[in-house]
Formats: sequence, structure tokens, C-alpha cells
Amino acid sequence: MPEPPLLVTRGIVKDFPGVRALDGVDLEVRPGEVHCLLGQNGAGKSTLVKVLSGAHQPDSGDIVWREDQNPHLTGPTAALRLGIATIYQELDLVGGLSVAMNIFLGHEQSAFGFTRRGEMNRAARELLRRLGHPEISPASEVGRLSAAARQIVSMARALSYDARLIVMDEPSAALAHDEVQNLFRVIRQLTAAGVAVIYISHRLEEIREVGDRVTVLKDGRTVAAGLPARTTPTATLVAYMTGRAYEYVFPPRPQASEGAPERREVLWVEGLSLPGVFDDLSFSVREGEIVGLAGLVGSGRSEILETVYGARRPSAGRVTLDGRPVRTGSVVASVRAGMGLAPEERKSQGLLLLDSVAGNVSVASLRRYSRLGWLDRRRELADARREVAALDIRPDDPRRPIRTLSGGNQQKALLARWLLKGCRLLLLDEPTRGVDVGARAELYALIRRLADSGVGIVLVSSEIPEVLGLADRVLVIREGRVLREDDAQELDEHQVLDLVMEGSPL
Amino acid sequence: MNGPEGVRADPDTTVDTTVDAEGAPPADEQARVEAAARESAGRGKFRLPLLEVRNLGLLGVLVLLILAGSFTRPAEFLTYDNVVVILTLASVSGVITVGMTFVIIGGGIDLSVGAIVALATVWATTKATQVYGTGGVIFCALAVGVGCGLVNGLMIAYGRIVAFIMTIAMLASARGLAINISSGHTQTLNADNQTLVNLGYKDNFLFGRIPPLVIMFAIVVVVGWIVLNRTTFGRRTFAIGGNQEAARLAGLNVRLHTLLLYVLSGLCCGVASLMLIVLTASGTSANGNLYELDAIAAVIIGGTLLSGGRGTLVGSVLGVLVFTTISNIFTLNNLTTATQQVAKGVIIVIAVLVQRLVAERRAGADSV
Repeated sequence: MPEPPLLVTRGIVKDFPGVRALDGVDLEVRPGEVHCLLGQNGAGKSTLVKVLSGAHQPDSGDIVWREDQNPHLTGPTAALRLGIATIYQELDLVGGLSVAMNIFLGHEQSAFGFTRRGEMNRAARELLRRLGHPEISPASEVGRLSAAARQIVSMARALSYDARLIVMDEPSAALAHDEVQNLFRVIRQLTAAGVAVIYISHRLEEIREVGDRVTVLKDGRTVAAGLPARTTPTATLVAYMTGRAYEYVFPPRPQASEGAPERREVLWVEGLSLPGVFDDLSFSVREGEIVGLAGLVGSGRSEILETVYGARRPSAGRVTLDGRPVRTGSVVASVRAGMGLAPEERKSQGLLLLDSVAGNVSVASLRRYSRLGWLDRRRELADARREVAALDIRPDDPRRPIRTLSGGNQQKALLARWLLKGCRLLLLDEPTRGVDVGARAELYALIRRLADSGVGIVLVSSEIPEVLGLADRVLVIREGRVLREDDAQELDEHQVLDLVMEGSPL
Repeated sequence: MNGPEGVRADPDTTVDTTVDAEGAPPADEQARVEAAARESAGRGKFRLPLLEVRNLGLLGVLVLLILAGSFTRPAEFLTYDNVVVILTLASVSGVITVGMTFVIIGGGIDLSVGAIVALATVWATTKATQVYGTGGVIFCALAVGVGCGLVNGLMIAYGRIVAFIMTIAMLASARGLAINISSGHTQTLNADNQTLVNLGYKDNFLFGRIPPLVIMFAIVVVVGWIVLNRTTFGRRTFAIGGNQEAARLAGLNVRLHTLLLYVLSGLCCGVASLMLIVLTASGTSANGNLYELDAIAAVIIGGTLLSGGRGTLVGSVLGVLVFTTISNIFTLNNLTTATQQVAKGVIIVIAVLVQRLVAERRAGADSV
């Protein structure tokens, strides 16, 4: 007789005004397994997480928790008491408090209203040791920790409630390659101790590596449950998620024809230095060329983009666009010269979340619709509508609030912003982060099309296959230095990984 | 006009490539998308031209207040004279509220408006200023307002001092300076400068009925509404208030714009100071006391997010009218200002609670 399942949900339905977010979710999680949830953006994963964590109440359906019909899932605290802990995409830690205070936030150990710091520090140290991270001090301030360390603290918090089930919503999104391996090690330790993990990720290779079983959601419904994570073919999983069958498709590179004139350099960067991050960096980008920067988180690749763009002030160096020098350290000057940036943190750095799609597309080109300051809103909307149609942004109404769009369509809207502006150089920082498989292929095709129209593109991504598949030329970066510069077709994933991880065996 | 434009992809040739690359989306997804599009299109149709739906609640409150006033004081409340009193008082705080609405939508706060009004009325009514006649008084009031706003803006935008701190500092020093200049006395306008004061007399009402101050207020509101909703300046204000970092990375000159917002607020204070001088024929350092709180309260109950990025000018104006009307009704019913304060507090809390509920119901639909 096998162990009874830890958690069973049957036919969970959750309605929001006008939208049915969940439309019959069946899920069965066994003790000690890593159960992966797959699904495109908008498939209902996040809503399901919120139901499991007690943040949303389902409208109908059954939840059975450790053979208990209708457990008391009335709020986040109730869920934690039952033993269901959730680690959200955006880590919910208090930056100004110590590690120990964060772990015991909400259930501080206290005597007569006074917190027992010594006791909590001791308990926190024990939890961190169990997670294999004794080097994190319970007294250190969480705001100063790395993203990976913060995630460990979140997990320690989950364990402090004696969680039997930990829900992880895209835990690897903010982590570099070696940190992900560390996360997997911790997950394996947890499951060995009988804790179950619901693991949500867009990266199939992670699911293969750490997952036991997979449940696929589509349009708020379970379309496949309990598939073996290691042996189910990718094509099958993708087919369940999309109703279509394909993998990452990179658009073909244009063939260099004999005798064609040499393409001009759009961007020249000479001797650019940002103290403590990179030093004396030089590179160039030609018209129609996609240059990829490959490197780990913290290698300086995002800082390079931001410095070229003027969002950071370099201590030395020159930036030249189309043969004309660009004043460094000024975004206004860079944009005027013809640069555009799709930043790493789409929501906090890129989007005007309160605004419509049209407002987000036109914000960099407002001057064009202005006559003595008066805004020609009809022309603005018409142009936004044209861009929305050209990039196939869905839904196709530009007046819709941008926050209601999926990640992939939001990213397209950011590209549309610079397309409308008509820029010469596009800097793309993690353009496919949090974007589902289907929308990725569209974005790749779109980026290539932009390059073919003559724009120079610099691409930063933590996913090495993406850099190698999409870029024409690749700069491999570690600790702010270019280790190798080569044609993308001359490099393979292992070589690049070897270089960026300092020759460690792989 | 800004940057080369020759390279952008031709929309006609780009439309079909993505669709072809992966085949048409499945029929049910298509249907969902279309349904969503229809829904959002439908939502757009219900938007009233000037008034947003969320302002309707405030309009309802105003109607209730008018009913309450008519019932408790039928002989006085809805008379011409009383309405003029209400509108005139609303004009002074209303002009300040217009500036405050811009600042708050732009992601800032200006706590110094009351103190700037005090300083402007005092500076514009000193004997030295009055020598230059009515034009000198007008110029001085506006210049002091703009000057204080400029200092606020420079320190906040370029000195990177938090707006809350900087405008508190301005609040303290501007009022202090006003007391210093006037030695705490009330400065009256001399006989040569009565042109301004005459604006407050009925003889000079437009068509014999409409006070010029109310017309000034109306002009400020209309111009403010146009600037906020129909110009690039207004659009940039929303963008910067909604997400300052995103606006900066989109190439907007966030610092310059922030500076201009505080200058605008200062200018509004200058205009309000002139109105006060007209009404009282004098200037005193006691003017404008707690105007900042009245203005912020009116902006907030008018539905503007204190964190910026969203708000309406019409809501702010309704907020001012609600507060002025309450004060008026309480005064007519011989209730103390202390009671008025309590009522004001209660109204602020209720208004914000109602907005929260409405906002949450809306947000629920989006957070799928």
C-alpha cells in the first residue's frame, strides 16, 4: 500500500470578475516528491499558488490535505500553520531586518512581549545548517545578501513553520547557473526528509534535473497530471502546454553574400570603465548585427548595457553612435542619439504599469505627437495600434491596461516603444525572462527582424543557448572582462559555460 | 525631428511573419483573446468625457451635502450670497489644490504650499513693494511663489533631497521669513492699490453675478485640466509618477520635469496669494495656515494615488468643493471649527476606504 498523497485538489475553480482564472485544476502531490507545474503565462499557475497559500479562496472544488477534507486554508497564516509554505517569485523578505528576524517574522519567539534574540539566532543557525548554508549569519542584514542567499533564508522561514509542502514559484528566475545547482541540492535534502516541493519554472531542463512528476496546466485546467519528469519527451510537454508542438526556434541568420559592402559600425565603445565592475572595455556593433553578452549574474553584463545607455556614469571611456560621440552618463542624450533599452526588470524598470499599452509604446516618442506641447492623441493611438498589429501584441487593443498582458506581450510592447521611436541601437537585457515558450519564439523572430532592418542589437541573457542561438557574435564576460569574442557559430554551450565559470569542471 | 527614423521596419511586411512562423493560435485561445478585447472596448465606452466613473461617488457626496445644507438652513444655504461665499473660499484652496494634484500625480508631495502663500502675501504687501503699484504686488506674489517652487524643485530634483523633507524645510523657513518681514503684523494695502481689492466687490462681478476670483479659479482648472490630459507635459507627469525609473530609462528628463512640477505648484501658490490679498486687502504671516493639509486631503479624496501615476483634476476640484461646503454648512448651523475638523477627518477616511474597495474589486479582475 503506497503512502497516501500529501495534497489532492479536485476541480478547483476560481473566478475573478470577467475572467475564470482556474477552471478545474486536479493535482496530486506525494510526500517527498518534487512536483513540477508547467504552463504558459496565464495558464493559472500563479492563481493556483495563491489558492494553495491561502491568499485566494477557491469558488468550488475540493482540497484534501493529509487526508483531511476541507482543511482550514483561510489565509496565509492558516496555510503556514497547516504546513504549506510558499516562496514567491518576488521574495517577500524585509530587507532592513536580520536573517533571524526574517525567518521568524510572524511567529517570533518571545517572552513577555520581548523578542528572544539569542534563542531565535540559535534556531535560525540550526535551520540554515540544515539547508547546507552555515555561512549565512543569522545576524546579517537581509538587504545585503545575494539573491541566492535570500532564497535560502526564505526556505529557512518555510522550514521554521515545519512545512510539509513548500511551493516555489520560479525560484531560479533570479539565480545564476551555479546558484541553481545549490538550490537543487537543498531541494534534494528537503525531499529526502519527506518534505514535498511544488516547483514552478519555465526552464524545462531544470524540471528534468530536479523534478519527479509534472502536472501541466492550460487555460486554468489540468491537461496532464503526474507525468514522469525525466522521461516525458519535451515535444509532449510543449504540446500539452501549447496545443502545438515545437521547441525553441531561433530564426536563421542572414547569409553574408559575396561582394556585399561591409556593414558599418553603429556603436563604438572605447575604453569604457565603471570602477569596481569593469575596466577599459571596448567593443563595437555593426548595422544589422546581434551581439550577445554571455556571463553569469554579477559578471557585469547588465552594468555594461546600462553604462553604454547612460544610466550609469563611467569613469572613463567613449561611446560613439553612428560616428557621432554620445555624452556618457546621460540617458536623455543616449535616447536622443538613437539608443533604446529593454531593461532587465521589466516591471520595475521598463513598464508604466498604471498606463495603457498605447501609453507605454508612445512614451519615448511623445515629442513627435506634440505641437506646442499639445498632444495629438488620435495620431498617437493610431501609431500605437499599428505597432500592436505589426508585433502581433495580444490582446490587440492598445487602450488596454498593460498590466493585464502576459509577460511576452509586455516585452513586445517595450520593443514597440523603441520601434516607434526609430532607434539605431537596441540594448536588450534578458528579453525573455519570465516569458513562456511559445512567446519566446515570437520574440526571437522579432529581434532578428529588427536586426535585419538595420538596427544594431546588444543582447544580454543568462541562458547561454539563447545567446548562442540568437546572436551573430558573442562576447564572453567574467568579472567585467571580455574573455573571448567570437562568431556565435564557433562557440558551444560547454565552452562558454567553462569560460564564465572560471574553468571549473562541468 | 528626434533621431534618425529611416530604419524602422515596414509594418506591412512585418505583420504576417510572426503568425506564419508558428501557425495560428488555437481557436479557443483566439476566442478568449477576442472576448477580452471586446470587454475592454466596452469598458472604454462607459467613460464619461470629463468625469471618471470613480468621481461619481464624490459628486454624490456633494449632492447629499447640498441637500443637507438646504434642509438644515433652507433660508440661507442655497441663496446667491452663500453660494458666492462657498465658491470664493473654494477658489483660494482650489488653485493650490490644482498645483498639488500635479505634484502628487508626478510622484511628489509639497508640504510648503501654506507657508509659501504666507510669504507671498507678506512680501507682496510690504510698503516697499506697494510703491510699485498694483502691477508690483501682482508680480511680487507670483515671483515669490515661483521662486520658492524653484528652490523646492532644484533641491528635490538635482540635490536629491526627499520631497517630504525638502518641503517641510521650506514650510518652516518660508513661514519664518514671512513673520520676519512683517514683524508679525498684518500689512494692509494702501489707498493706491485698491484696484485689486475692488475685484472682490459686487460692482465688479462679471455680468453683475460672477465674482472674478471664481472665474480665475475656473480658468486655472480648465488650463490645468488641459495641461494634465491633453499635453505631453501632462502625459510625462503621469509616466514619471507611475514609474520614475521606467520613465528615466525611456529617455524622459525626469529631473527637469520634477523641477517644473514644483515650480508649477509654487506658481499656483502665488495665484492663491493674490486671491487672498484681494479678499482681505492685506497680507499676513498667518495666511495659508494648514493649507497644505487641506490641499492634500482634497487631492486624495478626489481619487489621486498618493504614490503617484494616477489621478484626476476633476476629482481634486470636487474634493475642494466638498470640504468647503461642509465648512459652510457647519458654520451656518453654528457648529464649531473643532467639529468641522472631526467631520473632515471622518470624510477623508470614508472616501479613501470606498476607493480602496472599488480599486480592489477592479484589481481582482486583472490578477490572473
